[in-house]
Amino acid sequence: MKHENSNGDVRIGFYICHCGANIAGTVDCPAVAAYAAKLPGVVVSRDYKYMCSDPGQELIQQDIREHRLSRVVVASCSPLLHEQTFRNACAAGGLNPFYFQMVNVREHDSWVHTDRAEATAKAKALAHAAIRRVRFHRALETAKVRIHPDVLVVGGGIAGIHAALTLGNAGKQVYLVEREPSIGGHMAKFDKTFPTLDCAACILTPKMSAVRSHQNITLWTCSEVVKVEGYVGNYTVTVKRKPRYVNEELCVGCQECIKACVFKEGKFPDEFNVGLSKRKPIYIPFPQAVPQVVLIDPERCIQVKTGRCKQTCLEACADRHAIDFTQKEQLVEIKVGNIIVATGFKLFDAKRIPQYGYGLYPNVVTSIELERLVTSSGPTAGDIVLRDGRTPKSVGFILCVGSRDLKTNRWCSRTCCMHSMKLAQLVREHTDADVTVFYMDIRAPGKGCEEFYDKSLKEGIQFVRGRVAEVTDWALAPEEEGKLVIRVEDTLAGFVRRIPVDMIVLAVGMEPQADAQEVRRLFNMSCGSEGWFLEKHPKLAPVSTFTDGVFIAGCCQGPKDIPDSIAQAGAAAAEALALIDKGYIEQEPNTAYIEEADCSGCKSCIPLCPYTAIAFDEAKQKATINAALCKGCGTCVAACPSGSIRQNLFEDEEIFSEIEGVLSYA
Amino acid sequence: MPKPKIAFYWCASCGGCEEAVVDLAEDILGVVEAVDIVFWPVAMDFKKKDVEAMPDQSIVATLLNGAIRTSEQEEMAHLLRRKSQFLIAYGACAQLGGIPSLANQFSREQLLRYVYEETPTMVNDAKTRPQSTFQNNGHTVTLPEFRNVVRALDQVVGVDYYIPGCPPTPKITKAAVGALLEGKLPPKGGVLAPDIALCDQCPRKATKPTNVSFTEFKRPHTTHLDPGKCFLTQSVVCMGPATRGGCEAVCTRGNMPCSGCFGPTSRVRDQGAKMLSSLCANVASKDEGGISGILSGIPDPVGTFYRYGLAKSLLRRKVDLPTDGDRAKS
Amino acid sequence: MPDPNWQPRIVAFFCNWCTYTAADLAGVSRLKYAPNVRVIRLMCSGRVDPQFILDALARGADGVLIGGCHIGDCHYVEGNLKTLRRFQMLKRLLHDLGIEDQRVRLEWISASEGERVKMVINEMVEQVRTLGPLNLPKRFADWDREMTSLEESIREKEREEAEVVHA
Repeated sequence: MKHENSNGDVRIGFYICHCGANIAGTVDCPAVAAYAAKLPGVVVSRDYKYMCSDPGQELIQQDIREHRLSRVVVASCSPLLHEQTFRNACAAGGLNPFYFQMVNVREHDSWVHTDRAEATAKAKALAHAAIRRVRFHRALETAKVRIHPDVLVVGGGIAGIHAALTLGNAGKQVYLVEREPSIGGHMAKFDKTFPTLDCAACILTPKMSAVRSHQNITLWTCSEVVKVEGYVGNYTVTVKRKPRYVNEELCVGCQECIKACVFKEGKFPDEFNVGLSKRKPIYIPFPQAVPQVVLIDPERCIQVKTGRCKQTCLEACADRHAIDFTQKEQLVEIKVGNIIVATGFKLFDAKRIPQYGYGLYPNVVTSIELERLVTSSGPTAGDIVLRDGRTPKSVGFILCVGSRDLKTNRWCSRTCCMHSMKLAQLVREHTDADVTVFYMDIRAPGKGCEEFYDKSLKEGIQFVRGRVAEVTDWALAPEEEGKLVIRVEDTLAGFVRRIPVDMIVLAVGMEPQADAQEVRRLFNMSCGSEGWFLEKHPKLAPVSTFTDGVFIAGCCQGPKDIPDSIAQAGAAAAEALALIDKGYIEQEPNTAYIEEADCSGCKSCIPLCPYTAIAFDEAKQKATINAALCKGCGTCVAACPSGSIRQNLFEDEEIFSEIEGVLSYA
Repeated sequence: MPKPKIAFYWCASCGGCEEAVVDLAEDILGVVEAVDIVFWPVAMDFKKKDVEAMPDQSIVATLLNGAIRTSEQEEMAHLLRRKSQFLIAYGACAQLGGIPSLANQFSREQLLRYVYEETPTMVNDAKTRPQSTFQNNGHTVTLPEFRNVVRALDQVVGVDYYIPGCPPTPKITKAAVGALLEGKLPPKGGVLAPDIALCDQCPRKATKPTNVSFTEFKRPHTTHLDPGKCFLTQSVVCMGPATRGGCEAVCTRGNMPCSGCFGPTSRVRDQGAKMLSSLCANVASKDEGGISGILSGIPDPVGTFYRYGLAKSLLRRKVDLPTDGDRAKS
Repeated sequence: MPDPNWQPRIVAFFCNWCTYTAADLAGVSRLKYAPNVRVIRLMCSGRVDPQFILDALARGADGVLIGGCHIGDCHYVEGNLKTLRRFQMLKRLLHDLGIEDQRVRLEWISASEGERVKMVINEMVEQVRTLGPLNLPKRFADWDREMTSLEESIREKEREEAEVVHA
């Protein structure tokens, strides 16, 4: 008999969980248990306060032994939450764990309905479906899949750096892939960090260098992941390595070539200084860049573009021969077991709120532009100056630019209040300008942050509560001449004010990366409606995704500050380590299989499998499924025109019996 | 020892199944030798009364072909059921409803109106329709009731075995009769044909590559059919993958695609749904417009996927048709 | 006259990764929606065999809802595309067999769209309510009623004959 027990004598135990009042508050649990008790095959039917508790699980085990149960059905929460718990309980009771079926009467019933009679009727129908279904269950074994110990970290911002170092320090081989020519991300552009005002470079640079010199970390900059195949433990990843026209192994970062470039002065906007300075076609992104290697911008370099340059850089590089105009884009394939995605965020484009005058008035700047101005290594060597070189006498900060705004982004970017206060303090430190912060609410919940707010107040920074309506240079009073005027309703004072300042700083919020959707598809992740990568569970699995072996860390998951990004990176690294150290993962045995005698060899199923798990056996003239490659979607099962493909855990009989069950109206 | 008694009966069908029996050719002599044909209206002169007179279960097997459309056919099905040890649904119409069950897309009124009033060849100014009773010169003349629904045999009476096909091939007929005479029948309820789809024995099987996807669908009359290549490879719908084998691929050997007359395998509840599933999943396009464009190459899904099996499909019939037999409604 | 207490019966097939998770999220968020839908979990909408939909209708569902990941987001690359292709043809077939369009619905609902689960279910329940019961089991019984008088007369005759034999 192919399918033992398919309709034979089964002894079913049914349990419905009260989940305190979560289920019992809306569903009449004893009534459901009484209903189930009368269904064919049910020998034990109980309701219990907390089935997932130890005594609840013990109850199942005891019943399996005492009542010789051959099937168990638990009606409680979502199977995505506790299916494994109850399977384990069945196994502990001596029953194959796949003789278990779960009924979701909480998320799909008690929590979403209010009428007790209707919710109870639904619970009965769902229970009936599971009781009918479980009869057809078969004993199955889980397959163990080996976990490749290497890890891919995507994104070399602070989150990616920390994750890579944590894994590298644990002795794991890590590939760190960064799209830009240097790692460091947004943090590398910061002068100081809130609320401690410690120097960003001082804490970041050592970590960046550690990545460069770490024997377990392979760092690929100017590189992007272009293809991901496989599954947890066994990913094959293709990385596109773009040419930098400089051999990383040979370049020592002396920068003689930059001096020698035919462009005598920087001519092109410097990305690192957000366009506040100019660079040459051959450049190093910033002094502490890792790797300490120059690169050539192919869009700007005369030699790359036209092949007709004097190539003075080559001469300067002399016998090191690091410059290589023949470099081509390369595709490299690597095998890893786990992937940590830390692809970060992009800043809100302030031009999208035209009434704030960014791009129109030269002295309206963004917070990151001011950040570069206050940095001693920045374009002004730390001088905060207006575009005409004067030092501002008054500076206004506008908060929530592209955050908490129905017209742009609804979310709070979480860091701008603190970031702006930090910059405000630095402005006070560097100049004697008056500083006014225009805010809706000050959000300072982090450790030491409220104290930082107090400090800002004590240092004489003015806070005006109100969303700024407009920035204008239309002076209505003599003191407004030559200034930018902020028009705002001061909601604490209760009237509309006009406040003239020399410089306006827009605290731009965070947004998902422009290519977040493509990246999400690449790694088979989900995005929330805002476009941030979706964690598997907001509380219980904050760095996991719906794809096993793919974890997320940092701002790609949502706006957060540096400590939170690092905490997530550490958590993601730990999740990967847990899998690596276990060495294998048990796979849900929901694979499809072909009944050889039944298959006519029509080949309809073969092109449907995205994992090429189905092959045609020429000798037997039949299709065969490689269980190791099958991921259990069941598409081929639904498509087999002669019903010859079956799926473990989702057999046709199981689903037909469920259909019959859910349509039973007791 | 008396020879086992066998009966043949013909309900709503084209008569091809009767031909199929005759198609046994000289082998029919062996059958006639081995059995005693007690009822075969198409070939021999028996009356209903003769059957009624037989003791119950005295016929070893009745091979009944045709769907059940009229009250007379129903009555005969009941009668033969009672008189036979084995009632065998012979052919696609008895097994699945067959081509006649495509009429389940229309109400009785629609059918009668069309046939007796609207067909181009009909002249019937008085709009006369067949009636179940009619008075003429003091005599009552009756006709069987024309039912609202076409049914497969097992939707009227219990059936022991099914011999599929439109019509069943001589080979499977002979095999079934042989099994019957030798008492080597499988468990009741089975179809007396291999439980594997047609491709298994189709001579074109090897010509189908493993990556066929559809960018269009062609119909046999609109294209030149390659005599050697798998029809699906030629973008022509062939029901072979969803259809029980056993016919020895007579149609595909004759350069016509399978249209599904042997019905589904035992593992399938609805042949049409399964073929639809397999065929459509392999459509090449990835956008809604492109998909519907390709699928428009199959203009009549019911006629394509349920050509022989509408009565035994999960929905059985166009579901919003009237059920009360009221002629006033359409 | 339709029964005033009649409530639409809708069977749903939700994929494990997107729509089932979204329905869980609707629960966690304590959104309230109509209790008429009973969900059957499959790993992928690609597992939805058209037979399941027909079987649900034949067994008394007034509507069938299929939920999968948005196109491009399938956990199994393109399972939902295969569903979409089948669904287009199935809709035509159902239309030809007299099943109203709104009774069978395919929706892409991602794991984060709990609100959409509520919206789709409430909307569909109302649409099906407007259409009224499909109740195929009852229709099947109605269709077969035309055979009952004959069956009864045959049974009656058999009884009479049996009495004659016993007498």
